[in-house]
Amino acid sequence: MMTDITSELSGVPESDLVIEVHDLCKSYGKTVIHKNLQFDVRRGEVVAIVGGSGSGKTTLVRQILALERPTSGTIKVFGEDISRVDAPTAQLMRNRSGMLFQQGALFSAMSVFDNVAQPIRELGKVPEPLLRDIVMLKLEMVGLPFKHASKMPAALSGGMIKRVGIARAIALEPELLFLDEPTAGLDPQSSEEFVQLIATLHRMLGLTVVMVTHDLDTTVSLSTRVAVLAEQRVLVCAPVEQVAAIDHPFIHEYFLGARGRRALQALPAERRARLCAAALAPAEAVPMLG
Amino acid sequence: MNYTRYDKPPGLNIVSRPVTGEPGPVVQLSGQWTALSLALDHARGGITGRLREIGLQAQHWDLSGIERIDHVGGQALWQVWGRKLPSGMALSATQQEIFGRIALLESQCQSVEYEPEQIQRSDPVTRLGLSIFGFAGQLSAGVLLLGGFVLNVLRLLRKPKLTPWREISANIYSAGSSAMPIIALVAFLIGVVLSYLSAQQLKAYGASTFVVNILGLSVIRELGPVLAAILVAGRSGSAITAQLGVMRVTEELDAMRVMGISHGMRLILPRVLALGIVMPLLITWTDIVALTGGMLAAHFGLDIDFAYFLQALPAAVPIANIWIGLGKGMVFGMLIALVACHYGFRIKPNSQSLGEGTTTSVVVSITVVIIADALFAIAFQGVGYS
Repeated sequence: MMTDITSELSGVPESDLVIEVHDLCKSYGKTVIHKNLQFDVRRGEVVAIVGGSGSGKTTLVRQILALERPTSGTIKVFGEDISRVDAPTAQLMRNRSGMLFQQGALFSAMSVFDNVAQPIRELGKVPEPLLRDIVMLKLEMVGLPFKHASKMPAALSGGMIKRVGIARAIALEPELLFLDEPTAGLDPQSSEEFVQLIATLHRMLGLTVVMVTHDLDTTVSLSTRVAVLAEQRVLVCAPVEQVAAIDHPFIHEYFLGARGRRALQALPAERRARLCAAALAPAEAVPMLG
Repeated sequence: MNYTRYDKPPGLNIVSRPVTGEPGPVVQLSGQWTALSLALDHARGGITGRLREIGLQAQHWDLSGIERIDHVGGQALWQVWGRKLPSGMALSATQQEIFGRIALLESQCQSVEYEPEQIQRSDPVTRLGLSIFGFAGQLSAGVLLLGGFVLNVLRLLRKPKLTPWREISANIYSAGSSAMPIIALVAFLIGVVLSYLSAQQLKAYGASTFVVNILGLSVIRELGPVLAAILVAGRSGSAITAQLGVMRVTEELDAMRVMGISHGMRLILPRVLALGIVMPLLITWTDIVALTGGMLAAHFGLDIDFAYFLQALPAAVPIANIWIGLGKGMVFGMLIALVACHYGFRIKPNSQSLGEGTTTSVVVSITVVIIADALFAIAFQGVGYS
C-alpha cells in the first residue's frame, strides 16, 4: 500500500515539482539521519512534515535550504540542483523562498519595521515612502497593528514574534515558504489564528508551503499532503486521510490515538468520508490522561 | 523548464491611441512586476527609473499584458499613480484583489492605530543625569558583586564541602592551560624586543651586563603580570562576559535562579577563584618565557653568556619582586573575573547588547588592571630594589 501512494508521484510532470529530493542520505558521524530519502513538493501544495523527535524533520528542511550539506543524494529546488548552482542563481533562489524559524530568529538589534524591511533593503535602494507602504502591508497581512513597528523583538510576545517572522519571510512575496513548528509555543487561540493566517497567505500569494510540525490540528487543517518521516526516510507522502489508513506503528500512534482521531474527525465531510474505520472510532472511547 | 522565468524584466510600452483619438498616451505594462524582478530591473537601470515621470503625465494604463504581479509591484504602481487607482482601468481578478488590499490599507492607515509608538528621546541634560545614575548603578552593582563574592568565600571557609571544584577546574583549564601557547608567543617576542632595545643603549655606555638587571626587574616585577593580565582580560574576560550574556539570552540564568542554584556560588565564585589561581601560574610562565627570549637576544646582541645571565639574575632581582609580581597577578586575575561577570550579568537579550557588553568588559578590565598596577607601584615603592 505504501508503495502505491509513493508511486503516484512519478506521474507528476517534472516541471510542476518545486522541490525534488532524490536518494538523500545524511549522517552525523555514525548516526544516520536520512537513508535514500525521496521527497517531492508540487507547486501550490501545503506539505506538512511529521515524525517523531529526532527523525530529522528540521534537518531535511535545513538541507533543502542549503544550510546543511547532504552526505549524498541530490536536492533540486525550482528545478535546479542546489549543490551545483552558481552564486547568482543561488541568490535568486534564496530570494524566491522564505523561512520562518522556530524561535522567530528576528534580528534582535533591529526594530520590527527594520526586520521586515531588511530583505527588501538588501535588494537595492527603495524609496522610503514605498518601503513604508510595503512593510505596512506585510504587517497588515499577518495581522500585526502597525503601531508595534517601532518595537524591538525583545518587547514582543511569542505570537507576535511569529507574526513578524512570517512578515519578514513573505517580505519579497516568495513562491516557497518554509515553516518550522509554526504553532509551537502559541496558545490555542493564537494557533488557530495562525493557521488561518497561513491559509489566507497561501491563497493570497499562491504560496507553496513546507512546514515541520508536531501539531495535529495544524497538520490536518492546513496540509494538502502529509509526509511522514520514519525509519530514516519518507514513509509516505499523501493526503492525511490516506496516511491515517497505513499500517505502521508510528502512524498508528500518531494519527490514531485519541488526539489524532479528534483532529482527523474535524476534516470536512467529503474528506472525512475517505477515512479508514479506525480513525472514525469515537475519540472519547480511549480514556485520556488528565 | 515550465516556470515563468523569475528574472524576466517588467516591461513598459507607451502607445498613442490612433482609433479613439482620446488625449494622452496609453501606458502598456507587461512582464513580471514582482519585488524581485523590479529590483533586478532597477539594478540594471531599466524602466523603473522612468516610471515616476511617466506616472505624472500618463492618464491611461493597460495592465492586461502583465504576467505576474505581487503586492510590492502593485504598491510601486500605486505610488506612481498618486496613491489612487486611475479611473477606467481593466484589472484581472488577481490584480483586483491586490489593489483592493492596497486601497483598503490606504484608507486605514490614516487612523491613530497606524502611528508607530514614539520612541522616547531625551535632551542632553536628561542624558547627563541618566548617565550619572547609570554610573552610580554600575558602581553599586559592582560593590554588591564583590560583597557577594566575599560572603560566598566566607561560606566556603565554613563549609568547604560546598566548593564547586568541577567548575573551578574547568575554568582553570580554559583560562590557564589553553592560554599558554599564545602567552608564550607574546612573552617571548616582548623579551626579545626589550633585550635588543636596551642592548642598543647599554652598548653605547659599555654597560652591557646591566641588561640582566633591566630585563629581570622589568619582566618579573612589571611586564610579566601586566602582559599576562592584558592577555587574560582579552581572552578569558571576554569569554566570561559572552558566556554569561548568552546564558541570559537562552534563559539559563533564570532557570538556575528558579532551581535555587545561586549565581554567585556557581557562576561568579568559580570564575573568580579560577582566575585568581591561574594568573600567578601564567605569570610564572610569562616570566620564564620572556626571560628566555631576552637571554637569547642578549646572547646574540651583546655576547652575554647564558651561564652568566642565569648567575647574575638572582643577584640583580631580589626575591621580593617575584612575590610582588605573583601577588599582583592574583589580584589582577580576580579583578578581571569580577569585571567580566559584572558586565556579563548586565547583558540584555539582544545581539547588540552582547557585543557592547563584551567590548566594555574587556576595556574596563584592562583599565582596572592598570589602575591596580599603579596602586601597587605606589604601595610597594620601597620594596624589592637592591
